[in-house]
Amino acid sequence: MKKMLLVAVALMLTIGLAACGSSKENGTNNTGTNEGAQTNNSQGGGGNSGGKELSGSILAVGSTALQPLVDQVSKKFMEENAKVNILVQGGGSGTGLTQVSDGQAQIGNSDIFAEEKFTDDDAPKAKELVDHQVAVVAMATVVNKDITVDSLTKDQLVQIFTGKVTNWKEVGGPDEKITIVNRPASSGTRKTFEKYALGTKTEDLQGAIQEDSSGTVKKLVTETPGAIGYLAFSYLDDSVKTMKYDGVEAKEETVIDGSYPVWAYQHMYTKGEPDAAMKAFLDYMVSDSVQNADVVELGYIPVNKMQVTRDVEGNVTKK
Amino acid sequence: MDQWAVKQDGNKPNLIRKPSKQHIREEWVGRVYTALCILFLIVTIIAIVYFVASRGLSTFIKNGVSIGDLLTGLKWAPEGEPALFGALPFIFGSFSTSLLAALIAAPLGCCAAIFMTQIMPGAGRRYMQPVIELLAGIPSVVYGFVGLSVIVPMLRNIFPGQGIGLAAGALVLSVMILPTITTIATDALAALPSGLKEGSFALGATRWQTIYRIVLPTTLPALLTGVVLGMSRAFGEALAVQMVIGNAPHIPRSLFESTSTLTSVITLSMGNTITGSAHNNALWSLALILLAMTFIFVFIVRFLERRNKR
Repeated sequence: MKKMLLVAVALMLTIGLAACGSSKENGTNNTGTNEGAQTNNSQGGGGNSGGKELSGSILAVGSTALQPLVDQVSKKFMEENAKVNILVQGGGSGTGLTQVSDGQAQIGNSDIFAEEKFTDDDAPKAKELVDHQVAVVAMATVVNKDITVDSLTKDQLVQIFTGKVTNWKEVGGPDEKITIVNRPASSGTRKTFEKYALGTKTEDLQGAIQEDSSGTVKKLVTETPGAIGYLAFSYLDDSVKTMKYDGVEAKEETVIDGSYPVWAYQHMYTKGEPDAAMKAFLDYMVSDSVQNADVVELGYIPVNKMQVTRDVEGNVTKK
Repeated sequence: MDQWAVKQDGNKPNLIRKPSKQHIREEWVGRVYTALCILFLIVTIIAIVYFVASRGLSTFIKNGVSIGDLLTGLKWAPEGEPALFGALPFIFGSFSTSLLAALIAAPLGCCAAIFMTQIMPGAGRRYMQPVIELLAGIPSVVYGFVGLSVIVPMLRNIFPGQGIGLAAGALVLSVMILPTITTIATDALAALPSGLKEGSFALGATRWQTIYRIVLPTTLPALLTGVVLGMSRAFGEALAVQMVIGNAPHIPRSLFESTSTLTSVITLSMGNTITGSAHNNALWSLALILLAMTFIFVFIVRFLERRNKR
């Protein structure tokens, strides 16, 4: 009898697995059904509670640059609102925007404006998304410590990253070959750097290194003689040399007053207006208790401190 | 039926019994259970192939990229104006890293197997095989990190160039596929009928003559199977290679210059692209090429195994 029971249990498990498998294969997206259910749940919860006690579950997917912040803040938020369940996942800005647009996730985290990601045929998708800017990340050009140059102009950077200048002596440095440590063409960090530091798109050059994590970029710039790359401010330390951009020092103050241009908003997109629980969470993200504590602590720049604003086209206006 | 009746009447121990209902049920339960497992596997494989193929082929159907351009194009600029999808550098990178890795690992693995089975069979198999198999259990990100921290700086100091590139990728991969090659070679050598070796010794051949005249030629197809399986693992490895190869979408001019493989470009860009965009579809096409290559490797292994049996 024991044996029979074992066989029966095994059989049930297999059928169960098979059912899971086939439901996954039917939908083109591997988490389709699950996430759909979650959306309903959170919307229902938000409506019923009438704004007093919040409930629901929120899935926030996307940018790995923003993930540590959202993760940390969501834990604090859940402590105060026990009935709200927030799950934070990485996967990249593209994944975040796709999933929030398809309704698989409630919040899509992104390094760049949705309008820049959804182009051509997909452009209408960007219009459905509502932007919530929660922080600012600034990037600095970094070089290996053996380089004696302190500042690079925009033109010099363009020439280096387009391969027209290949030796440091051409920009006033030692006679050493330039090794570019880049981010992949699809990365949000690279798009920000190209848009605001170079003002032009660049191609992947022969011999250039591309790495998809800031940690690896930093390691390679530290170790490779003549290397140049770019990193978010939170990664800067003494192991690499931080460059001035057009003579402006790369630090928080110059970003805030608008004189240092290489920075980008960190976006949390929702599809349409957020429900009560989501709205409370997003409001909490931009509240002073988060902006002045977690945001600064994790190396981002508080969005409400910025003295300038910037729109999708890159037009900067003083607040 | 009478037979049964007689036996039972004769008050003897019931030696031959009718197949009981329980046994018939067990038979059926077993049959249905195994059939379901197979069905599950087949459905999974078909679903994966269908999924990758449908996404991968839409590059050609929806985005109008020609297959020839993808396979032979030298320029990869999926976000450029106009977008170009030339995947030859990646195909070249994948083949050259896995071939180089096999070239490094095959002699090492086969010689280790000979040592463990022919020269020091007792201690060799008891202590050395587990140690080599341990290599298979190390996560690939650890290999990548060790490669980045040890192999890349070493190559950078010895050879001109950045240290990153084909050579670093091949070295990391060769260590990763060593256990596959060694294990399969060891099993093949151990399964060799002892009569062959004894016959050779009886004719006055030395141990070394026996190994390279008798043992190696007889087990060659099995050894090659191990090498091909190792290569297919190297072909599909993504993370460790991506960390040390540099990922520039160009065919390198030296072994120490940044280049890409099919897997590295997929892992590098998949998360940052929008599902359904031309760039994303092109990545699926690369996945389709990888899948096709894996099938070819499986066929080669099958072919070698058939020769082995003959």
